[in-house]
Amino acid sequence: MEPTAVAEIRRLIAKAKRWDLIFSLVGLLALSLAVTVLVGLFVNLVWDGAPRITTEFFTNFSSRRATSAGIAAAWVGTLLVMLVTALTAVPLGVAAGIYLEEYAPKNWLTGLIEINISNLAGVPSVVYGLLGLGLFVYLLGLGQSIAAAGLTLALLILPIVIVATREAIRTIPGAIREGAYALGATKWQMVSHHIIPYSSAGILTGVIIGLARAIGETAPLITVGAAVAIFSYPSSLFKGDFPFLSFEWLRESFTVMPIQMFQWTSRPDQAFQVNAAAAGLVLIVLTLLMNGFAIYLRYRLRKNIKW
Amino acid sequence: MNVSSVMRGAALSEVSPAMAVSRRPWGRFKERVIELLLLLAALSSVAITVAIMVILIKESWTFFQHVPLWDFLTDTEWTPLFDNPRYGIMPLISGTLVSSAVALSIAIPVGTAIALYLSEFAPFKMREAAKPVLELLAAIPTVVYGYFAFLVVTPLLQQLIPGLPGFNLLSAGIVMGIMIIPYVSSLSEDAMRAVPMHLREGSYAMGATRFQTAWKVVTPAAFSGLAASYILAISRAVGETMVVALAAGGQPNLTWSPLDPAATMTAYIVQVSQGDLPHGSIGYQSIFAVGLTLLLITLAFNILGYWLRKRYREVY
Repeated sequence: MEPTAVAEIRRLIAKAKRWDLIFSLVGLLALSLAVTVLVGLFVNLVWDGAPRITTEFFTNFSSRRATSAGIAAAWVGTLLVMLVTALTAVPLGVAAGIYLEEYAPKNWLTGLIEINISNLAGVPSVVYGLLGLGLFVYLLGLGQSIAAAGLTLALLILPIVIVATREAIRTIPGAIREGAYALGATKWQMVSHHIIPYSSAGILTGVIIGLARAIGETAPLITVGAAVAIFSYPSSLFKGDFPFLSFEWLRESFTVMPIQMFQWTSRPDQAFQVNAAAAGLVLIVLTLLMNGFAIYLRYRLRKNIKW
Repeated sequence: MNVSSVMRGAALSEVSPAMAVSRRPWGRFKERVIELLLLLAALSSVAITVAIMVILIKESWTFFQHVPLWDFLTDTEWTPLFDNPRYGIMPLISGTLVSSAVALSIAIPVGTAIALYLSEFAPFKMREAAKPVLELLAAIPTVVYGYFAFLVVTPLLQQLIPGLPGFNLLSAGIVMGIMIIPYVSSLSEDAMRAVPMHLREGSYAMGATRFQTAWKVVTPAAFSGLAASYILAISRAVGETMVVALAAGGQPNLTWSPLDPAATMTAYIVQVSQGDLPHGSIGYQSIFAVGLTLLLITLAFNILGYWLRKRYREVY
């Protein structure tokens, strides 16, 4: 081969290789943009909000003075709304996932349910708020209450729980099912003794991710009708006489962490925006912890289970 | 053999036929009931869809008896709560389109670059480290992004663009774009990783470099997945609420400039819901009409994405 031709080929290769380098840098840059935003957001919230995080911030109710306003009603509200959401979405979602993986025959109805679930995941969250407003608040007469808010969010995260359940069940090999049947188990015995326990860690991961999403949801709850300001704790979950559980709190008005943050952010007074940063910090730490735990759980799961 | 096991054996043989007869129908009945309950749970997801449609259509129906559909689609002003109400959805749609366009012009290139990099270039360890970070980015509550857009990004932009109003679509769109990056990158990466190895090997065997393989072989082969991820991003951007509600202002404004304040469909719903609207009033019904429009738009995109994935899926 002539030396000039070899040089020409070398030049071509070098040129093509340069693109490799350029794109590697572009990719790294894009990735670092994402990381920078994540870190920047967190640092910003810590910078602005951390000085406001005191015990009083967690025990004070709404106030006209920014420095004496706190998130007591908001975090208790978040806790109670999440309780309703989890108690509704988890049994319903897990049951639906089990049906679709273990029971469902391959027919048009199953196909319809599957398409429907993937479609529900694409519905904007504010539309769920309208559903909650029309259905729970007015049609079922629950009013703008903790129950209505919790049920609305339960519908919102139902697709997440169903999909997570199905994925967890799908990783269980068929030999386990055959083994159970071989020992004379009925279908439900097989499911309740084997499928549910073995998939429980995977399901838990999905449930945590779903609840972390629900904790941060704002728009649907504004639409359902959160209270502008609440000055007392809701009534207790427990009471002295039988059956010891009280359900008064379900009918009471609500506010939650993200709504408190939204209200403070949209106030022109800068002192309230500091409160918003502090509320945001609490919220972001909560969601990051939940998601981090879920990611860790999934990582452990992938590492430990060898069928 | 000891005595007790003999006894037990005898007891079993005595009892078991009777028990089998008495238990079997009950057992079968129990299995049936459980299956039925599980089916009902699965059907609840269909019930949610039906409920959404029924509620939105029912309230919109009364709205459209008051407001002609033609006015709704063509009027250029949206002032339902004024004394002289006008009901043109155009200003809300323009706000939605502009903020979504800004968001997508960030999320699609950056998300695709991240996906291509992670799937074709990055070492294994970096990929394992990057995925959780992207997941966390997707997990941050939208109201926090709204705060960030309104109180951090807007002041920064005001230094770059003098005269930028405190509420604007640009800052909302940028932050929304960053928020959507993980959705684009994770779905696109899945699509690229699904491209079989032998296509890459063939490309390398022909002397192609990494970038040539990634750009000319993997990207076209993953086209349907990429398109589906972009469409999901569009429907996310159109349906996003809190960022625009906080950073873009609530004033419906027929504009195509990202530098203006404007309200989106979602922001209008949130803004009206904050006030005390009497149940059954025209203002109350208007948020359902806007919600129905929003749902139909996102539904159209979701169906398009589903169809694209089916239609253009390469079978290897």
